Amino acid sequence: MEASDLAVVARVKAGDHDAFRHLVERHSRSVFRLAYRLTGQEQDAEDVVQETFLRAFREIRRFEARSSFATWLYRIGVNCAHDLLRQRPRAGSRPSLDDPALRVADSLADPAASADPLRGLASRRIDACVRSAMGELTDQERSAFVMRHFEGLSIEEIGRVLDLKTSAAKHSVFRAVQKLRRALEPVAELSR
Amino acid sequence: MTHLSDDDLVLLFYREGDGLQEADAHAASCAGCRERFEKLTMALRTVESEPVPERGESYGAEVWARLQPRLAAERPRPRWWESIAAAMTWSRLAMGGAVAALLVAAFLAGRSSVQPAPPGAPRQAEAPSDAARERVLLAAVGSHLDRSRVVLTEIAHRNGGGAADISSEQATASDLLAANRLYRQTAVRNGDAAVAAVLEDLERLLVEITSSPSVASHDDLARWREQIDAKGLLFKVTVMGSRVRDRQQGAAASGPATKAST
Repeated sequence: MEASDLAVVARVKAGDHDAFRHLVERHSRSVFRLAYRLTGQEQDAEDVVQETFLRAFREIRRFEARSSFATWLYRIGVNCAHDLLRQRPRAGSRPSLDDPALRVADSLADPAASADPLRGLASRRIDACVRSAMGELTDQERSAFVMRHFEGLSIEEIGRVLDLKTSAAKHSVFRAVQKLRRALEPVAELSR
Repeated sequence: MTHLSDDDLVLLFYREGDGLQEADAHAASCAGCRERFEKLTMALRTVESEPVPERGESYGAEVWARLQPRLAAERPRPRWWESIAAAMTWSRLAMGGAVAALLVAAFLAGRSSVQPAPPGAPRQAEAPSDAARERVLLAAVGSHLDRSRVVLTEIAHRNGGGAADISSEQATASDLLAANRLYRQTAVRNGDAAVAAVLEDLERLLVEITSSPSVASHDDLARWREQIDAKGLLFKVTVMGSRVRDRQQGAAASGPATKAST
């Protein structure tokens, strides 16, 4: 039977640093998913994963099991992603709908869309809209939304990850959803 | 019920918050709210159209392989008494007579704070908490250094000018030798060269004292004094002991170990 996260953390704290491997193997994929949703770039997400586990290793003595290890790790991951986004120009990570590259891409039919060029075009426009709409959210709104919508964290857990009161976490989710709704309702019909 | 607000619809979508039953009932009976909810659902489902690049089962191992060299560089070098404490097990510690006494004392102290189990209840192994373990280990190392300091002080102050009976110091030195060897080996393994060097000098002297006749000659005493002075051994052992005491006080200030009652 696999040792629980808390049991592995206790081993790492006691000096068995190689036990940290179990935590890395167990949580890498979810941290990557979170990081990708927050940064929108594969390489950025990889950097965030590395930095997250590095910081977790450095700080593991401070982990006191007041929340689950996964929640604590998410908190570090979100901070790493925010740090990275602050260092990079926003426009570089998420394209705008007016991005010339997107217009050129739209004009070229890709192999997957060749059977139904109209559907392929619509699909690419929707993807671009989604990326643009996500790019319009603040870091806090995007983090709260990603954790609620994609990772299934409760609003209370999101508050713990973002170090916010539950009411503030809830309003971050509300604001994110309303912004996305306004941006995406016009194109949602295309996805049907 | 009044119509559902935008926020109510969000909570309904995520099935979170109070009043879900009422919101469900209202959405079922109100065409306007139901339509707004459907539009919201469609918009939020659209967000999911952007795929996340797949990462396979082996991804965790790949991350670990990239991370491991960086972690190796990050590993904090433990303070020397932590290295020793980490390497100690209860059974190894119990090898030393003086330490065994400490352990028995600590064990009894711990036992006295535990409520007796009700008759017929299964007995569980009592493992000391990390904090309790650290305190006992620090006490053991601190006691070792204090007793070593006393032996060194006694030897350094034998200025009678002739042979002297050192049977008392000899008995203590013999008692300290096994534990000192263990601590030195641990310091070597953990790369604590400075601590290992002090413990090695101490061990060499303890061996000499132990193997000498119980009445040491003037020359032996003079040679040992010279060793103690030349290496600053008494000073170094005193400083190490002082650091351990500081650490002990820090550990004590962090509160007594709590014993689990279950």
